[in-house]
Amino acid sequence: MASVDTTTNAGQLLAAASGGRRRRGDRVFSRSAVLAAVTVLALLAGVAIFLLSEGFPALTAAASELPEGKSFLEYVAPLAFGTVLAAVLAALVAVPLAVGAALFITHVAPPRIALTLGYLLDLLAAIPSIIYGLWGIFVLGPAAVPVMRWLEEKLGFIPVFAGPASVTGRTMLVAGLVLAVMILPIVSAVAREAFAQTPRRLQEGAQALGATRWETIRMTVLPFGRSSVISGAMLGLGRALGETMAVTIILSVSGAVTFNLISQANPSTIAANIALNFPESSGLAINALIATGLVLFAITLVTNMGARAIIARANEE
Amino acid sequence: MSSSRWLVVIAFAVALALGVAACGSSSSDETGGGGSSSGGEVSGEIAGAGSTAQQAAQEAWIAEFENENSGATISYDPIGSGGGREQFISGGVAYAGSDAALSTEEGELEKAEKRCSPGELIEVPDYISPIAVIYNLPGVEELKLDPETLAKIFAQEITSWNDPAIAKDNPGVELPSTRITPVNRSDESGTTQNFTEYLSEVVPSVWKFEVSGDWPVKGGEAASGTSGVVEAVSAGEGAIGYADASQAGELSVAQVKVGSEWAEPTAEAAAKIVEESPLDKELSPGRHTIAYELDRRTESQGTYPIVLVSYLIGCTKYGSASEAEAVKAYAEYVVSPEGQELAAEQAGSAPLSAALTKKVTPAVEAIEAG
Repeated sequence: MASVDTTTNAGQLLAAASGGRRRRGDRVFSRSAVLAAVTVLALLAGVAIFLLSEGFPALTAAASELPEGKSFLEYVAPLAFGTVLAAVLAALVAVPLAVGAALFITHVAPPRIALTLGYLLDLLAAIPSIIYGLWGIFVLGPAAVPVMRWLEEKLGFIPVFAGPASVTGRTMLVAGLVLAVMILPIVSAVAREAFAQTPRRLQEGAQALGATRWETIRMTVLPFGRSSVISGAMLGLGRALGETMAVTIILSVSGAVTFNLISQANPSTIAANIALNFPESSGLAINALIATGLVLFAITLVTNMGARAIIARANEE
Repeated sequence: MSSSRWLVVIAFAVALALGVAACGSSSSDETGGGGSSSGGEVSGEIAGAGSTAQQAAQEAWIAEFENENSGATISYDPIGSGGGREQFISGGVAYAGSDAALSTEEGELEKAEKRCSPGELIEVPDYISPIAVIYNLPGVEELKLDPETLAKIFAQEITSWNDPAIAKDNPGVELPSTRITPVNRSDESGTTQNFTEYLSEVVPSVWKFEVSGDWPVKGGEAASGTSGVVEAVSAGEGAIGYADASQAGELSVAQVKVGSEWAEPTAEAAAKIVEESPLDKELSPGRHTIAYELDRRTESQGTYPIVLVSYLIGCTKYGSASEAEAVKAYAEYVVSPEGQELAAEQAGSAPLSAALTKKVTPAVEAIEAG
């Protein structure tokens, strides 16, 4: 607190001292900042308007004119379901892993290892999604086949593992795992940032009261970083919702609406469906695809707004 | 400050104008030169669009054609067959590639004829590709499937490899009890369109699903693109799928019953079924429209009925002489034995047979250049 006050004072003093030149710099800065903000808003509005105007014909068209002869809602519902299922699956796997990795890097590992590990984790984000897709079908998928067979045999009574297990490994489970790896870096980066900023005196206080290392983390670091972890998870969820290439390549889609994660019949996702069907589509079918994009836009928007609401409430407490 | 910015803008505009003028003059020079001297040299800029199946072949044709005619620039946008036909009709492109002939639905054919008037519409097959039924069943080198069994497998009615229906056509082959995993395309494609067309025409009693470029049966294994299907079949024991024959690679290819014989997807057999099929009268109204009604139920020996036939669509007259000249030269090259050979090499298609070439060539020669 005290330090903040000092810098403000120093800034005012400097501004007063250097006079007009500095004020012109301020003006240029504030104008360019406003311009940047307006540009971002205009871009967002532009995308929304494009989705609305191009998707509108499909929203109002009769069912018989649309692909598969279904009404638009019937067409988009399984896709939306698949999108959310894949993203939630990815988040469920990635968030605990990312929090664990972030804790290890910030509070357990010796500094040198922590630095290297953090760097490597960030590198995961630099891998193009199509590479993840290829890795999914050539490596993870085939490797997952025996595991999925085992799941079907031993845990088949749980609907999620009902099977029959896919022989190629292009299942929702594998797609979800690949997505989890893809969102891992972003979730852990946000969590790491927050954990590292846990005030030293809180931790020292806990230790002075006789808390073990785990208790210290549980009582100081985790509560301090909670809202950041949530926002990181939501960022990851947003990325998983819109991820296209990896899902397009990996997932064996057949439009089925099912929670069965290990069979060959999976619901497609909105983004993957657009990528798969756009090349050979024409006319109203393209409008329908763009309209599904509008639905994806809405889902992502709701997710982000939900995240903001959760964070705001967490901060109030 | 502002004056220097203006200078930059003016300099840029001048450069642009000069560049355009230079391009214009050079290309018109070449047209004149080409016409008077060798006659083989063509220039001009034409754009085509359409089928993704033709993409590899079109790319090969364009590269070779531009190599021989340095003044010509040809582009092909693989936006899909439907999109290609639409763009052709609206006049956006000079030629189109389409996995289906122009249909009478929504007056498509009529509109295309109108687009070409006062000239005539040209529509000729330029790309034939046999579709192979590929499977992955260790220990089973040779597999024979009659159309009914094939349809039942892809309709998910036959679900294990030792089903009596499969066993009866494969005496002496030890079939495992492995579960059958039928693999289909997850993206919309001409391959799926032709495969479902075959099933529905030959065994309508079994294949009750619609004929569509979008796989109509739910619950099968799906993979994107030909390479995706090949990869999925390679990875999954007990998997069976359909893909362009040239892409089958190491995978085993099933034989399909034609009449009383067992046929394999060879280039000759694919070209032969097109050759033996009658023209679709309704879809071939003009002198230069050659649309086949594929006789997939044929019992003729040496034919293979699961093929994809893709068409080249153009006009006999174009707005400018150089455009007409370029389209003519390019189309002639595409259907020529050399062009077809190149596509076979680069894209794995089946070259048009001699009889087909004879039929198709006059149509593209009808383009009035100049």
